[in-house]
Amino acid sequence: MVFALSKWEVLLQQGVNGLILGSFYALVALGYSMVYGIIKLLNFAHGDIYMTGAFVCLSVFGVLSGVLPGWAGIACSIVAAMIFSAVLGWLAQRFAYRPLLGAPRLSLLITAIGVSLVIYNTVMAITNSQPLFFTSGLDNAAGIKIGGITVTYIQLILLSVAACVMIGLTLFIGSTRTGKAMRAIALDQDTCRLMGINVNKVIGLTFLLGSALAALAGGLACVYYGNVQYNMGYTIGIKAFTAAVIGGIGSIPGAMLGGLLLGLLEAVGTQLLDSSWKDVFAFGLLILILILRPNGLLGKSEIERM
Amino acid sequence: MKLLDKAFRLLGSKGARYGVPAALLLAMTALPFFLDDYALHVLWNAMFYALLALGLNVIVGYCGLCDLGYAAKFAIGAYTTGILMKSFGWNFWLTLPMSILVAVITAVIIGAPTLKLRSDYLAIVTLGFAEIVRITARNLPITGSASGLNAIARPSLFGLRLTKISHWYYVFLVLVVIFVFISNRLRHSRFGRALAYIREDEDAAQAMGVDTTRYKLYAYMIGAVLGGVTGSFFAVTMTSISPGSFDFTQSANILLAVILGGMGKIPGVIAGAAFFAIFPEIFRDVPIVGNMRMLFFGLLLIVVMITRPQGFWPERKRG
Repeated sequence: MVFALSKWEVLLQQGVNGLILGSFYALVALGYSMVYGIIKLLNFAHGDIYMTGAFVCLSVFGVLSGVLPGWAGIACSIVAAMIFSAVLGWLAQRFAYRPLLGAPRLSLLITAIGVSLVIYNTVMAITNSQPLFFTSGLDNAAGIKIGGITVTYIQLILLSVAACVMIGLTLFIGSTRTGKAMRAIALDQDTCRLMGINVNKVIGLTFLLGSALAALAGGLACVYYGNVQYNMGYTIGIKAFTAAVIGGIGSIPGAMLGGLLLGLLEAVGTQLLDSSWKDVFAFGLLILILILRPNGLLGKSEIERM
Repeated sequence: MKLLDKAFRLLGSKGARYGVPAALLLAMTALPFFLDDYALHVLWNAMFYALLALGLNVIVGYCGLCDLGYAAKFAIGAYTTGILMKSFGWNFWLTLPMSILVAVITAVIIGAPTLKLRSDYLAIVTLGFAEIVRITARNLPITGSASGLNAIARPSLFGLRLTKISHWYYVFLVLVVIFVFISNRLRHSRFGRALAYIREDEDAAQAMGVDTTRYKLYAYMIGAVLGGVTGSFFAVTMTSISPGSFDFTQSANILLAVILGGMGKIPGVIAGAAFFAIFPEIFRDVPIVGNMRMLFFGLLLIVVMITRPQGFWPERKRG
């Protein structure tokens, strides 16, 4: 290495990278956790929603870049991606999941695999299996130096956006009427119906929100990493689920904590181990957590209802 | 749909229940005398998928568990055989018990902690485990890294060295018959009925004294063993294995075959597997359909789940 970084500085630098990675995981994990909490569905298509978000962001920016360059264009593209994916998630919910809400959970899970296959293969066909590259025209390396480590502006913006969204979501679920309805439906759907809550509408809203968050992560990942490919959602889908389980599935702060933790562990772990074992590390952790603490770090122990 | 049910009921009648499989078996036995090697290879491939689907059927169809990483089970069998033969010079037939042993051990490692939990956790754990297996196979020197194991020796049976595709055709035909026999005996046993009970209503099964966790683990183990054995035979038929043949698409294909064919119904599962093996061969040269087939399957999966949640050819419920 040319730069004489001390071992601690390398580890700290990896910590920053881990936080970024963790924010992506956390944003995707939130959607998983919300949907799982409310209808007990492991939404297999969630990773593909993330991928779709990245693609829409890239395409919209391609159109906008002449008119709105730089950050304004990026912001608009990400918002467009969020709207598109939210609608996509809602449509999947309306036409594929809702008819099966009373059916065995295996059917619901399999339907989710079907939705995932449809989205994945549609994007694969549209892009002809080729990766697309994102160039914002901004200086990606610009940033501030703290001691030996560098934090780029993109990283800063990314972290603050993720933090704001997570705080906003916590407030929304914790203190609005709709948020309360969501928590109530997670506890007992039938009683909620009796109490006059429009259950289908709230479930639809959960999908809208979760998909928008996944698309936000996808759009940010597209800006940060600079390339987008049809299979980018698969691994992050499993990892975000891992994060949700680590934090305690169904728990919103748990999903955030699990995401950040997984990102950090992975970044630091890659530093210490060979990077080709990175995924083994993450999935091994998932199995270990399920053995040792199946309800996750912040999850409440729960008896499966009949 | 009504017509479809009627046709299936006809096929399920007493005479047809034994007559049709017997006729089919006879036809399959005679086919190698009329077909070329390419067609035999396609049929071999169909039987290979049928074996995998029958194995997965014990887990998904009989017990109602969701395994998204079945490719890992047959990867483990294939690599066990491959490594023992390549690095240790074992005879193929001796590697089979080892392959079964390794399958049981991994099934216990994965199944024992997760099957106690919510059953949909198994889906994600099997998926994660399949990735672990694939990455490990790609990184270790003993598994041949990314290029895999090559030039695995062909075994002999009663002095005949099995080198031609027609030999393997018959080996796999025998295997299919054995697997069907096992599946059938399983289904009608006390154990099979316990699994069906768990599938239909786990809480009720538990309330009636079925040790659900243990039975689920047994089902998972049997599925893993069948997959492992199939993998071992796959390794010596193909003579080369690589991590690329065990990715998620493979697992998804097997799962789709089981689900679309009709969970739990043996002929349905075999028909589903044959469809998945032969369909790409037919539409290989049709440009749009060839590329979009997984898209089509995805849509089919959603539509089938909503309109016919028990699969195309479901198991008949007895009152």
